Amino acid sequence: MSQTPSPRLPERDRPWMMRTYAGHSDARRSNELYRRNLEKGQTGLSIAFDLPTQTGYDPDHELARGEVGKVGVSVAHKGDMLTLLEGIPLDQMNTSMTINATAAWLLALYVVAAEAHGVPQEKLQGTTQNDILKEYLSRGTYAFPPGPSMRLIADTIAYTVTNIPKWNPINICSYHLQEAGATPVQEIAYAMSNAIAVLDAVRDRVPQDLMGSVFGRISFFVNAGVRFIEEHAKLRAMAELWDELGRDRYAVRDEKHRRFRYGVQVNSLGLTEAQPENNVYRIALEALAVTLGRNARARALQLPAWNEALGLPRPWDQQWSLRLQQILAYETDLLEYPDVFEGSKVMEGLVAELVEGARAEMARVAELGGAVEAVDYMKASLVESHRERWRRIESGELTVVGMNRFQTTEPSPLTADQDGGILVVDPAVEAEQRAALERWRAERDQSAVDAALRELARVARDEHENIMPATIAAARAGATTGEWAHALREAFGEYRAPTGVGEAAAVSSEEVAELRDEVERLSEALGRRLKFLVGKPGLDGHSNGAEQIAVRARDAGMDVVYEGIRLTPAQIANSAAQEGVHVVGLSILSGSHRELIPSVLAALREAGAGEIPVVVGGIIPAADANWLREAGVAAVYTPKDWDLNQMMRDIVELVAARHDVDLPVGA
Amino acid sequence: MTTSRGRELGERLRGGDLGAAPAVLNLLESRTPAARAEAEALLDAVSVSALGGEAPAHVVGVTGPPGVGKSSLLSRLVAEWRGRGRSVAVLAVDPSSRRSGGSLLGDRARIEVDPADPRIFVRSTAAGERLGGLAPATRAAAAALAAAFDVVVIETVGVGQSETEVADVADTVAVIVQPASGDVLQFLKAGIMEVPDVLVVTKADLGRVATRAMADLRSALRSLGARKTRVVAVSSAAPPQGIGDLVDALDAHRDSLDLPARRLRARRAAALAAFVTEHGERGLRALGGRRAAERWLDTQDPGLAVPALERALEERALAAS
Repeated sequence: MSQTPSPRLPERDRPWMMRTYAGHSDARRSNELYRRNLEKGQTGLSIAFDLPTQTGYDPDHELARGEVGKVGVSVAHKGDMLTLLEGIPLDQMNTSMTINATAAWLLALYVVAAEAHGVPQEKLQGTTQNDILKEYLSRGTYAFPPGPSMRLIADTIAYTVTNIPKWNPINICSYHLQEAGATPVQEIAYAMSNAIAVLDAVRDRVPQDLMGSVFGRISFFVNAGVRFIEEHAKLRAMAELWDELGRDRYAVRDEKHRRFRYGVQVNSLGLTEAQPENNVYRIALEALAVTLGRNARARALQLPAWNEALGLPRPWDQQWSLRLQQILAYETDLLEYPDVFEGSKVMEGLVAELVEGARAEMARVAELGGAVEAVDYMKASLVESHRERWRRIESGELTVVGMNRFQTTEPSPLTADQDGGILVVDPAVEAEQRAALERWRAERDQSAVDAALRELARVARDEHENIMPATIAAARAGATTGEWAHALREAFGEYRAPTGVGEAAAVSSEEVAELRDEVERLSEALGRRLKFLVGKPGLDGHSNGAEQIAVRARDAGMDVVYEGIRLTPAQIANSAAQEGVHVVGLSILSGSHRELIPSVLAALREAGAGEIPVVVGGIIPAADANWLREAGVAAVYTPKDWDLNQMMRDIVELVAARHDVDLPVGA
Repeated sequence: MTTSRGRELGERLRGGDLGAAPAVLNLLESRTPAARAEAEALLDAVSVSALGGEAPAHVVGVTGPPGVGKSSLLSRLVAEWRGRGRSVAVLAVDPSSRRSGGSLLGDRARIEVDPADPRIFVRSTAAGERLGGLAPATRAAAAALAAAFDVVVIETVGVGQSETEVADVADTVAVIVQPASGDVLQFLKAGIMEVPDVLVVTKADLGRVATRAMADLRSALRSLGARKTRVVAVSSAAPPQGIGDLVDALDAHRDSLDLPARRLRARRAAALAAFVTEHGERGLRALGGRRAAERWLDTQDPGLAVPALERALEERALAAS
């Protein structure tokens, strides 16, 4: 009786943790959403915070205008956190918080809320994203300069490793690097370099014998694009490099501590506004990239919704994505086998290629003095990669189905609804949150808050102390998110990250030659070079689009004023007027365009520059686009307007028309 | 002459109307013949003759290598000047290349100013062909804005060339260096770089490194016989240090100057440079060579603005040919 060894596992694997990145409006509404999601079979929580919470501003701060409750939930103090977690068993729940600059603070609020629910901190499980370098590089929700930011990260790691041992204090994110245009090699190399910077900073703050545990608590948050075979190879390459790094650089003996652990949100960059139903397929293939091979399978997975390029997804849209995870885990045979790629020559070859490329790029970053010192270099490289990707889409070298190829389509019944198939946050939320905050401040023990904030400020100035105990004490006393961040801003100063656009290479001249002629002719007629201000109002830090527009406008021959992210309407209007620009372009992806764009228009009028035409780009639903045009916006662009040269031509025509310049038709 | 717009803008500046600044820059940057005529009228309206003396502003050149922290320093400096009640115009000359004819003016991103303060003006322009070169309109803009603002800053990037060009326009030139960057020291010793009026060492918060850098610079200056150059250490990071000292040093330099002589020399040099750009060596020969042209310029009315001087040179060259 001959017996072939079974290719199956003796026992089916447990599925990964299933999450949905969720949260909007206020704590009560988000709590309801979480409970519904858990009823539907979601196994972990993933909290999305709004931009004021992420950047350390209270809902009543000037910069919070229009952003409260938009891209996530507003959490201003421990009361909000208590409401948010009401009825959720925190001793069993595994909660991931996408929070960075203010991670120490939100962790403190979580600890204090758990304490009030009777759960001691050592039982808590979850993750704070807490990765500041990728905020400088891509996502934009930083608050403090690099030095103090790295200290905050090191402090949370040093604190959790002994006090909240099951917590992942940091998720090194390569996710946002891919969104910013990173190639797989760049994604691996910059994430690993980032991890090295963090570990080196922690090394100074914990006893050497704890470094193994520290290393073991570092997890990653990665992206997966639609090229799913190569994307899987990327994860295997990361596992290999991570193991090596632990062994060789940090002398981590325990193999378990060196295991590469990661969570995933699959790619949003490649999701299209055109024929958005196709995104479901893209998401499914991307989910395969991170689950297919057992040796590099995700620990936790969250999938975007099919309509993210249109606006904020509704609960039903998110449910559809959760069901995809459940089908993959429970219906298919995926979890019945050992690693299906073991022995595959193709996979081995791909991994070797990526490891080699990543090593070379890591060496370059190390030469520059490490990831913190190399932020400018990495940022410029990402802008350049993104520009190259966009060029390939425009030239047709890269196919995006439904967008630059196979565009013919029937009308989609999915977007035929009145609401356009998206969630709209009630604009009353902001006023409610402001009023609630006022009540909170009135009812708390002010002297206790003042004392806690004084102590926090003292600790912040003494870099030998750990920030966490004073932060937890301030949370307990009832301080607010804005107050915590303000105390640290006073101590640490503020920071503006590099824009990376200055170093981006120009597109080859043939592709923009005609465009350049048009810009030249218009500039001649105007008397000086066509000048274009690209602005990002509000707290939204997703600057990839704005950067690409700025670079292309320069390549088209315009003088471009781009001042980076997080500007108030007054700042933008002031620059536009003083710089004497001919046209203003605004980019908003956070859904706060209905509040912010009219403010910018009003500020321009007030600055005596009301005649300057304004164009807007971003994730803007069709109904809002009409509304904005009626409010005085000259043109609205959404993700389906992927042809940047066409956009530039529109701008030339717009300025020509406003200045009564006759440009020769054609070209 | 129907040069009403330029004259009107010049008169607004003369009357201290800072709100005229954006329109003034728009006009001075324009290259159409009509705009050139208007620009000349504008500059005539704020010329020494029209003002009855040199414009009262302190024109300060701030230059240094990329990445040295100029913009954070400028943010602090602007705040310090405002704190002393002075209005400030910043003309930031961006070094980005003009491969496509276009440029990215990112500098403004880094100068933090209060948008609600009408007594601050910031304008960025693309540099000329060379690194550290001034934009053609910058010289004229500095002269015009000096009639209305208390301080006019010209910010450029580079070391070795740029401060020479800035020195032709500014009353006081400050070069910014960071500690442990030996190149400035080398440039000074080798004579590649002219000795600036004020040397600013950034990152004073680095303590000993900064102190050491200052000592090195002082001894290099001594060996060059440049005793007048002031060396100031500053830190732009929170909490800022040395910013008040820097303003004091800039003021002290200005007080020690024969301002009318320096500005007059600058105007005449600028007019000749503009003439040579336009008419080349042939034009210069028509004037009997550079030395002869300079000597002739010395005989001209000291109250004339640069365009008027340039036109006088053209007329003389035309008469000679």
